[in-house]
Amino acid sequence: MELTNYLYLAVILFALGATTVLLRRNAIVVFMGIELMLNATNLALVTFARMHGDITGQVLAFFVMVVAAAEVVVGLAIIVTIFRARRSASVDDANLLKS
Amino acid sequence: MNEFVAPEIDWMVLTPVLVVLGAGAVGVLVEAFVPARARRTTQLVLTLAALLASLVCVGLLWDRVTIDGFALVVDGTFLLTPFTLGVQAVVGVLAILGVLVIADRTRTGQDAFAPTAAAVPGTAYEDAAERAGLEQTEIFPLALFATGGMLLFPATDNLIVLFIALEVLSLPLYVLCATARRRRLLSQEAAFKYFLLGSFASALMLFGIALIYGFAGTVSLETVGYVLQHPNSTVLADMPELVLAGVLLVTVGLLFKIGAAPFHTWTPDVYQGAPTPVTAFMAACVKAAAIGAMVRVVFTLAAGLDEPLRADLEAALWVVAILTMLVGTVAGAVQTDVKRMLAYSSIAHAGFLVVAMVGFSEVGSAAVLFYVLAYGLATLGAFAVVTLVREQDRDGVVLGEATHLSQWAGLGRRSPWLAAAFSVFLLSMAGIPLTAGFIAKFEAFSAAVDAGAWPLAVLGVLASAVAVFFYVRLIVLMVLTPPVEDGEVLAAQAASDDGAPAEGGAGTLTAAREAVRASVVVVSSRGPAVVAITLCVVGVVLLGLLPGPVLDWAQQAATFRPIAP
Repeated sequence: MELTNYLYLAVILFALGATTVLLRRNAIVVFMGIELMLNATNLALVTFARMHGDITGQVLAFFVMVVAAAEVVVGLAIIVTIFRARRSASVDDANLLKS
Repeated sequence: MNEFVAPEIDWMVLTPVLVVLGAGAVGVLVEAFVPARARRTTQLVLTLAALLASLVCVGLLWDRVTIDGFALVVDGTFLLTPFTLGVQAVVGVLAILGVLVIADRTRTGQDAFAPTAAAVPGTAYEDAAERAGLEQTEIFPLALFATGGMLLFPATDNLIVLFIALEVLSLPLYVLCATARRRRLLSQEAAFKYFLLGSFASALMLFGIALIYGFAGTVSLETVGYVLQHPNSTVLADMPELVLAGVLLVTVGLLFKIGAAPFHTWTPDVYQGAPTPVTAFMAACVKAAAIGAMVRVVFTLAAGLDEPLRADLEAALWVVAILTMLVGTVAGAVQTDVKRMLAYSSIAHAGFLVVAMVGFSEVGSAAVLFYVLAYGLATLGAFAVVTLVREQDRDGVVLGEATHLSQWAGLGRRSPWLAAAFSVFLLSMAGIPLTAGFIAKFEAFSAAVDAGAWPLAVLGVLASAVAVFFYVRLIVLMVLTPPVEDGEVLAAQAASDDGAPAEGGAGTLTAAREAVRASVVVVSSRGPAVVAITLCVVGVVLLGLLPGPVLDWAQQAATFRPIAP
């Protein structure tokens, strides 16, 4: 199978993730969109690594996984605090800060 | 099987970053092992010592790096240039001042942070934690980790490390934003917005890195520059669109961090909602580190791009600069909240910084260095002043910050020194002669004129002129307007706070009910914030009167390692 197909898939997944972030209202779903973007990037990275025949891309993918895990820790903590204080995790409900 | 060959590492070159990150790790252990009453002092001493040590290391490395032109570790994964050291010095100085503001407490021993940030606002658990006198001393290690990321951010030639540094810098800040003692719902909301938008921006940046890697087959910026000039040296090198998209996405990630339009929307909300000392720290240090990284990345790549692509990149910077200056000044002029106003002013400053970058010249990077120092001192000082102007209820209990502009009326009569210091910061931000801001703006705009971007410089001067209006309006308000009788104005503010769901809990929510009865008072703190404000005033005035040595230093620092043939 042509390697570029993996790249197309990566771009489609990334676009799906970005759309999720921009359109969905639930913070958890928005967060899942961000994770999807990161993982789409991982797919692109390993594909590029395969095309170039070097492993830097694969190493980078590992780093991304670790960072994504760290981000989940901080992100879920913040979302949970917000949810406990307001009983809602909707992005639209977080609107106290406005000029 | 191949044996693992340990790389040779020049540890000395790593010290500025290592000391800070190491002290952060020690700080986490301090939380676990040092008894509660000694914890705060230990953390504070550790934090300040680590930051000072890091500055000393920068000083020790200075001669070596300026003579050799660079110092690299593990094949450029960590690359010190004089410019990097310059940014690290600026970040170090600003971080020390920021930590002083963070460490400040009122006479009753209340700092700006929640006793435990995990407690739900307005619950019995929160009250119990407050009565027990709990303190969230984790603030200090978090600030150290963020500073470590900031020191690493402009010090790498490797896109992987760039991404890691971005995350190390951002993640502690997301947490810090959520820890305010008062107006906790706003604080949590700020963290929430900062986190979602911040990780969105870093995902975009990561995809940019993937595209650049796909094009060049390497994550080293310098080699990417080489590949750009020698097409056909890699499999995909015939697709320069890939690298242009990559560079643009990476730039988006960096522009988000410096708060430039159209990626600025988080700035006012986060700056307003976060605890003010954290806002001060964030506004000054993050901007310095991020603009440093941006100069490194964009300048290195621009040197490799051919003429048409370079013109595209420059056009993108033009658009960003114009938009940012416009948004910052126009929206800043209509704000009624001090913190929001300062946030918009910091957006406008991001625009001026981008103006200095157009042309990708050494003059531009020297101007950027001087500008972030001048801007950082003024902004940090201004936010430090905001932490001291508080509301007070009938019983004399000090509440949250009085951030509504009308509450600042007559501050000059109540507390002339504080008002004078704040005026100096505002005048510097406006770019009035004899302050640091004037020299900084002059340098930035002349760098743009040198690069042939005079329309940008003209727009910059116009934007500064408009900005003068709202800075001076605030000074007039403080000095000439008589203070308003207690309670009157606050009703208006309280009305705007009413959007908060669920009330109660010792004023830790949005304090709507208390605000009606509150008067404005300047708290006398236990000292650190006053020290920080004094140092900032001295810095701003000195840089304005005798900019020579620092300008020379910036010029000396503004060199990059030339791209290898």
